[in-house]
Amino acid sequence: MTEHSLFGPLEDVAADAGHAEHPPRVGFFTDTSICIGCKACEVACKEWNLVPDDGFTLLGMSYDNTGNLGANTWRHVAFIEQELPLGRRPPPFEGTPTGPSGTGEVAEAVAAGLERVEHRGAELGTEPVEPRPAPVDLGMPSFELPGARTGAEGRQEFRWLMASDVCKHCTHAGCLDVCPTGALFRTEFGTVVVQQDICNGCGYCVSGCPYGVIDRREGDGRAWKCTLCYDRLHDGLEPACAKACPTNSIQFGPLDELREHAQQRVEQLHADGVPEARLYGEDPHDGVGGNGAFFLLLDEPEVYGLPPDPVVPTRDLPRIWRYAGAAALAFVTAAVSVFVEGRKR
Amino acid sequence: MAEAHPVGFQWVMEAKARGAKVIHVDPRFSRTSALADLYVPLRAGSDIAFLGGVVNYILSNDKCFREYVVVYTNASFIVTEGFRDTEDLDGLFSGYDPETASYDMTTWQYEGMEGTHAAGRRPSGEAREQAAGLQHESGGPPLHGERAQPRSDPTLQHPRCVYQILKRHFARYTPRLVEETCGIPPEQFRQVCEAWTENSGRERTTAVVYAVGWTQHSVGVQYIRTAAVIQLLLGNMGRPGGGIMAMRGHTSIQGSTDIPTLFNLLPGYLPMPSASTHQDLSAYIESIRGDKQKGFWRNADAYTISLLKEYWGDAATADNDYCFDYLPRLTGDHGTYRTAMDMVDGKVYGFFLLGQNPAVGSAHGRLQRLGMANLDWLVVRDLAMIESATFWKDSPEIETGEIVPEQCRTEVFFMPAASHVEKEGTFTQTQRMLQWREKAVEPSGDQRSELWFFYHLGKRLKQRLADSTDERDRPVQDLNWDYEVHGDEPSAESVLRAINGHDLRTGRVLDGYMQLKADGSTSCGCWIYSGVFAGGINQAARRKPRDQQDATALEWGWVWPYNRRILYNRASADPQGRPWSERKRYVWWDEEKGEWTGHDVPDFEKTKPPTYVPPEDAVGVEALRGDDPFVMQADGKGWLYVPNGLQDGPMPTHYEPHESLFRNPFYSQQGNPTRKVYGRPDNPSNPAPPEPNADVFPFVFTTSRLTEHHTAGGMSRWLPYLSELQPEMFVEVSPELARERGLDHLGWAHVVTSRTAIECRVVVTDRLTPLRVQDRLVHQVWLPYHWGTVGLVTGESANDLFGVALDPNVLIQETKVATCDVQPGRRPRGRALLDYVEGYRRRAGITVETGTRLATVGPLVDRAHLEGAHDPEIGPASEEEGER
Repeated sequence: MTEHSLFGPLEDVAADAGHAEHPPRVGFFTDTSICIGCKACEVACKEWNLVPDDGFTLLGMSYDNTGNLGANTWRHVAFIEQELPLGRRPPPFEGTPTGPSGTGEVAEAVAAGLERVEHRGAELGTEPVEPRPAPVDLGMPSFELPGARTGAEGRQEFRWLMASDVCKHCTHAGCLDVCPTGALFRTEFGTVVVQQDICNGCGYCVSGCPYGVIDRREGDGRAWKCTLCYDRLHDGLEPACAKACPTNSIQFGPLDELREHAQQRVEQLHADGVPEARLYGEDPHDGVGGNGAFFLLLDEPEVYGLPPDPVVPTRDLPRIWRYAGAAALAFVTAAVSVFVEGRKR
Repeated sequence: MAEAHPVGFQWVMEAKARGAKVIHVDPRFSRTSALADLYVPLRAGSDIAFLGGVVNYILSNDKCFREYVVVYTNASFIVTEGFRDTEDLDGLFSGYDPETASYDMTTWQYEGMEGTHAAGRRPSGEAREQAAGLQHESGGPPLHGERAQPRSDPTLQHPRCVYQILKRHFARYTPRLVEETCGIPPEQFRQVCEAWTENSGRERTTAVVYAVGWTQHSVGVQYIRTAAVIQLLLGNMGRPGGGIMAMRGHTSIQGSTDIPTLFNLLPGYLPMPSASTHQDLSAYIESIRGDKQKGFWRNADAYTISLLKEYWGDAATADNDYCFDYLPRLTGDHGTYRTAMDMVDGKVYGFFLLGQNPAVGSAHGRLQRLGMANLDWLVVRDLAMIESATFWKDSPEIETGEIVPEQCRTEVFFMPAASHVEKEGTFTQTQRMLQWREKAVEPSGDQRSELWFFYHLGKRLKQRLADSTDERDRPVQDLNWDYEVHGDEPSAESVLRAINGHDLRTGRVLDGYMQLKADGSTSCGCWIYSGVFAGGINQAARRKPRDQQDATALEWGWVWPYNRRILYNRASADPQGRPWSERKRYVWWDEEKGEWTGHDVPDFEKTKPPTYVPPEDAVGVEALRGDDPFVMQADGKGWLYVPNGLQDGPMPTHYEPHESLFRNPFYSQQGNPTRKVYGRPDNPSNPAPPEPNADVFPFVFTTSRLTEHHTAGGMSRWLPYLSELQPEMFVEVSPELARERGLDHLGWAHVVTSRTAIECRVVVTDRLTPLRVQDRLVHQVWLPYHWGTVGLVTGESANDLFGVALDPNVLIQETKVATCDVQPGRRPRGRALLDYVEGYRRRAGITVETGTRLATVGPLVDRAHLEGAHDPEIGPASEEEGER
């Protein structure tokens, strides 16, 4: 193959990038159904990769105080509190004298707070949960009267979703394709890594990433993101986050095996009464040719702050070139015809 | 568990993946609840009502594992005629003495075992002062009587048999009363009862897991006792997948009670001798074991003498009682809170703090700091310059003027400590497993290990006192202090070898405590750890991977006693020695070989057959029947009813917390009638019914940990990667309370008790819910307790809000429930803070007597338990006495 593919399924990303002999493509399968939100992944990542802290600000997005993925946060755990059911689990507050949910007010306060804190990473990533319409207030005053009622008055359902996000190491990586210096490259493991000694901080990659993962570090200017612990892979070790994850929510391995395992896990969860379980980023036919790091989610990706339909910007490159080519051809034709016409004169 | 013990929680998740149902009961919806199959909110401090309801469900629906209960528990044993239950005495058991707030346990005993032990027993009031309940942790209290086998009725029909007593005691715990007390809707409660009982029996077992917050109540020990009653009734003890697991708060907290840092224990749960009763070695030994009792605790003489031989070596001989008189004697309560008050009162001159940050981590931070500000010297060994080392210049009392840095008399010595990767040694975790840890890196700078510190401190003390002729210096002069040294660092392995014990005639290391002798020919630093060096090998350092051995993994680390992974595992087989079921096969009797065998090391004499019946006059180990699985207990049985030793009753009873908004719906007796209170002006309590004005502090609050920080913060607030994850102190409130009090998410609020007020950010969350209790709506708030005045991230300390009220069995503080007020905005500063809190006390009518009237039933209801003669008025400390 002499040309790099720009879109669609790609059997062998490493070979496509010119690695003649290479190990199997590896990646992460992050099973959020067993994430306990301990953030050991965030800490282990920073410890191993010497990533600086991200500032000491109480964001109040549930227990998320790092906000989103960025130059200084390469693993990020999202916490989502919602007045919604989860699988067959009984409503946690069934029969307790609750009023309306506070999620709406909380989200507004968080959004206002986020405007005040300094830039903490890429533009996309986890955003505060959209305020959901609060249930109609059925007479708040009455529930303050002692023992006025015995049944439930307000919110009864509740779920607290946790998910550890990371660079997706896309099959067609927007960041890599737009990098003019060659700082971003495809490794023999099929992962995408920035070479810091080459990066000139132009920032094209930041807008090239459909997930808002890669980001320039303030005061440094260069672009930083998860390397899938490229150095550890060389030594036959699994990445630091996967190693530290106590519940095995973050699983590392050859991508083929992870996909197979993930499919079984989804089926098991469906059988166990969690019909919401679904995979995200595992499909080679999606807009980025499938992710090297994919997820099991318990709701739509938007709930977790993930784009529902990410598309690598280079998908449109052939079309753009075609248009450009056609336009150029038209110009040439026009120009030539001027002269031809002129000569006829 | 996911919140504070995420690493252990992996096994819960693994069990869940295999089909286990996870139920989480907690006042607040935590990270554990998020992953549970069923979440049950309850009012903090109502756990005995909840669990008692489960006991009642089991007994009234005949759901117990009958065959197990009849043979393996004390259900059939007959209790004395004189015993009176809380049902008879409106919340008290027989034997209560209102003067000392303690019980005479004579009437609680088994019939025929009540009279003969008076000689060796401490007066009940003194036992309460010394947290005597804790002293029975490894084997249960002794039984004294004419015979080893108590009278019994295996039909369980005798009106005075334990089973019938238990049934009557818990009959009151109906779902209706559970709802009224805990706020748990009956439907949810039914789901718990059904899940628990359906998942127990021959084929299945259920495990109870608690974090130590469960113990931090004025009835903490009885919380765990109630769980034990349920687990015994359902046959979940001594069997795989069963049991009660305590998630300990630090890596080696189990180790620090086994080889204790507690005032009333010696290694291996031998009690610290008491001045009043333990005049000599034989009086001591006879008091800690029953004269006719069964089981391995009967050999307490061998354990004690071997310990004394380890301490004092050749100096310890039969002629001098093996130097028994070198041991200090208890004269009363010397617990950590008593000591803090004694510091305030000027009775303590010097203090060592090792890896502990009481200025943040202990209840009543102000008391702790004022105490430490009134010492001659204080030694702090820690990883970072924690609040307990810097309180004299930056505590909240500086702002109020109660501590003046220039005048604070305490000289603080800070000794930087080596971290766990900078020293070798063992951790003992909750399963009683010792795991050896190699040193990964040399400690940097002046950091040194604890071992180094104490070894050299001991050497210097011995040097200083070498020429002394004063008799009181003999214990130090004679102290056996020879350990191998690498450079100047003592070898932790040589210390572990000394803990394991030696045969002093041959110099060989022992293989286990069965080899210990009472004749001075063996030494052993902690009898339950004997065997950790069996065969001369450091068994704790074994690291065979799990794929190279079976699921019991006997070759990973070492578990006391004798590497048994599940205690009392004889109970995993039926009385005839056969597995209860194939599915739960674990340890069983091999008839052909004539021995116990199985996946674990059998917790039973290897060749004693299940049919064994001891001779009439047998005592000790010999008296254990072939179907007595609980080999440490004085009767070989699991105790549904505790005939001796617990300070607050033979059976758990719901008492309201020390500070409560509610009258006890069960009995007139409001709180634990034996709880330890300290009625003094610097330790005020919020009122609780029947006292008036409880609603000046109208909310219930509880505290716990966040995953991102470690207890008082010494190991996390100095690390940027942890600090950024939870950067600020906050209070979690429900949206309902937020609306009621006008609290805004991420805004400021302050929380007030009669001790102080602290300010923090507000987190409004659906994870908290109001509850309906006794037809009233009750709001609970939750606070993490990690912050203090120094570190990368700072904040006010939740523990400053608590006063000191303790469980009488172990003297642990009630820091998991109290009452408070929550107000929007920041708190007043400086002296205005003292006036502000004083205003609350005045409105609540709080005096030094508030909360100290322990008995609320019977003739002496007005008896207040005060310290000395105090002005009943509690005001802000005056300028003179306030400044340290």
